[in-house]
Amino acid sequence: MTAPFRTVANGDVLPRAELPRLELGAFREAVLGARSRGRRVSALFGVPEAAGLALYAVLADDDAGLLECASAALTEDAFPSMTPECHEVHLFERELAEQWGVVPTGHPWLKPVRFHPSYRPGHDAWDRTREAAPVVGVTDFFRVEGEEIHEVAVGPVHAGVIEPGHFRFQCHGEHVYHLEISLGYQHRGLERKLVGGPEKRTIHYMETLAGDTSVGHATAYCQLLEALGGRRATPRAYALRGIALELERLANHTGDLGALAGDVGFLPTASYCGRLRGDFLNMTALLCGSRFGRGLVRPGGVAFDVDDARTAELGRRLEAAARDVRNAAQLLWGAPTVMARFEDTGHVTAELAAKLGLVGPAARASGLRRDVRKTHPTGIFQLVHIPLSVAESGDVFARAYVRWLEIERSIDYVRSQLRELPAGAARRECPALAPECLAVSLVEGWRGEICHVALTDELGRFAAYKVIDPSFHNWTGLAMALRDQQISDFPLCNKSFNLSYCGHDL
Amino acid sequence: MWRILFSRLKQGHRTAAYPVAAPALPDRLRGHPVVDPTRCPSGCQACVEACPTDAVRVDDQGLGLDLGRCLFCQECVSACPEGAIRYTTEHRMAARRREELVLRGAVLERAQALDAKMLRLFRRSLKLRQVSAGGCNACEADVNVLSTVVFDLGRFGIQVVASPRHADGLLITGPVTENMKLALQKTYDAVPPPKIVIAVGACAISGGPYAGHAEQHDGAGAVVPVDLFIPGCPPHPLTILDGLLALLDRLGPKRVAGAATSGSAMDTP
Repeated sequence: MTAPFRTVANGDVLPRAELPRLELGAFREAVLGARSRGRRVSALFGVPEAAGLALYAVLADDDAGLLECASAALTEDAFPSMTPECHEVHLFERELAEQWGVVPTGHPWLKPVRFHPSYRPGHDAWDRTREAAPVVGVTDFFRVEGEEIHEVAVGPVHAGVIEPGHFRFQCHGEHVYHLEISLGYQHRGLERKLVGGPEKRTIHYMETLAGDTSVGHATAYCQLLEALGGRRATPRAYALRGIALELERLANHTGDLGALAGDVGFLPTASYCGRLRGDFLNMTALLCGSRFGRGLVRPGGVAFDVDDARTAELGRRLEAAARDVRNAAQLLWGAPTVMARFEDTGHVTAELAAKLGLVGPAARASGLRRDVRKTHPTGIFQLVHIPLSVAESGDVFARAYVRWLEIERSIDYVRSQLRELPAGAARRECPALAPECLAVSLVEGWRGEICHVALTDELGRFAAYKVIDPSFHNWTGLAMALRDQQISDFPLCNKSFNLSYCGHDL
Repeated sequence: MWRILFSRLKQGHRTAAYPVAAPALPDRLRGHPVVDPTRCPSGCQACVEACPTDAVRVDDQGLGLDLGRCLFCQECVSACPEGAIRYTTEHRMAARRREELVLRGAVLERAQALDAKMLRLFRRSLKLRQVSAGGCNACEADVNVLSTVVFDLGRFGIQVVASPRHADGLLITGPVTENMKLALQKTYDAVPPPKIVIAVGACAISGGPYAGHAEQHDGAGAVVPVDLFIPGCPPHPLTILDGLLALLDRLGPKRVAGAATSGSAMDTP
């Protein structure tokens, strides 16, 4: 049997007519079969149609650097769940149920994801009426029963300056049997507003999907527009986007190392890295005036160019920060008290990470070789490769150490890019979008794979736009990492993942 | 221990001289915008049409720019054929009343300090509980930055605390999503009076990029009374700090640190 998929590369476009429309059974078999052939689920989502709902799947073939796409029509309000055989789609199926009111029959954990009413009036996976709108945080939490079991509930308002989320621990003394994470507090209805675009606000939605990943998400979006418009950005724009993306990674990884140090009470690295994170953000501000890269990445290229003086200044600041980050990190690795807390805490095995479909540093820390810059490169990463940073132990130490390896490699990368900036324009006109097409765009954000999928209508506007932030894949990884840990290690485990609430909640 | 001490020497003293000295700001910073309605050709609506959040309006009073709705993007600047709108690197933009944020050609008035009674209570010690209510986490990140050694919020007696029961007020970010409304209300109710509320960022002032979405409430003002508005998307940390210090009357005439007016900010540390 030939694979029922249509294969595209990252940042490519496909006429919707060429996309195989499978029977539901065949679609299911194809997705489950792809799993056994070593593919990852990058996206699984629904798009409303006249006859009901269309399901779309995008599977990543990391070895070949290709993406397999397929779709199926769903005329009933139920379909057999794929989760029991393919764990990594568990949240995608819950999202399908919540958004479109279809029931993945046999799903072991069918609860709301973001706590909003169904987008299709009259269709509800939980048979709720319009009046009985879902109440955030009110769901059927998993409970452990027993004489000495106690439940710890945290959030949505946390003790620090941090986004809202609700965590429930089932504990026996300090020992955590299970953690359940219930989000949705940041849900502001972004995906629905992208339909019918691009319009004035679209790029601003992209830059605020997850504010600390403005460059990553804006790059994924612009890559998609350029694919649909049939005109690539300029080489200089690719290089500047690459620099901005790596600066974003540097700022956040550095901040994470500092936060991890702070969490185990190792204040030198905590205070140095807090300052250094700001230094990297200020480098991004040197490029475009915004510490988060707002306004930099635009369709067709970048909105801000650099001259030699600015490039030299960036280089100078990079060297100073590189020296200090190395110094701060070496202190961390050299402190036995820190290592005693990092090692063997919050363990995620390679097998579990693969089952859950983890991405980014969390996946690489468990030994998975997943990095879009390496496996599905676009833009500057097609020309200049960046080594993969992998650790094996899957604990807090590994997640911290992978970040450090990436800091070193990103510094080298930015340094070399600054030296070899291609000449030419930093931006060009982006043509109108091709009608009736599908495009997929992946970018390796600092948390992992950012996946944007767009479908255009007959006028070249977005008929559907799907965003999958890396956190969507990874939140369950954090929940699993807490099993059989002490509850007092939760903050440390949490920071070792440092996931986005708003990127998940959209 | 010796290694730590050596590293301390290497890393150096990093706390900014602000507010005594002018702050180091990027030269491309999009700070306080300046609007010049005299340049507007009659009937031109280019900036209004370009603005993603209806921050720019032309009404019977002429051209107005609402800093509370502004995302500090470049759309209106690029759209204007006459250069009637431009950004400066001025970071000071806080205001006490919502309507003060609408620019009509002049420069924003400095935010008024609290009244004498409130200043007696809070001037030397202000404890804030931060509530994140549906934004994109950028405002939270730049509020967090104020606790690093560079800004060292603690030296002004301002601190973010873990419990609303320990707090003198709330610092709110995000447009207040439907799913955070109750949590925000409960947190506000838990703060003992007298209390103050500070809205940080376009979302918390007007809903920001999400203004008008059914899933949110167009800012903190829909749920709680706001005493200080700090615009930006996100505001620069110094914009937030300046707002807090202005509120507490901690910026005397000698200690008002404005934007560096001459030279390029590129050569600042």
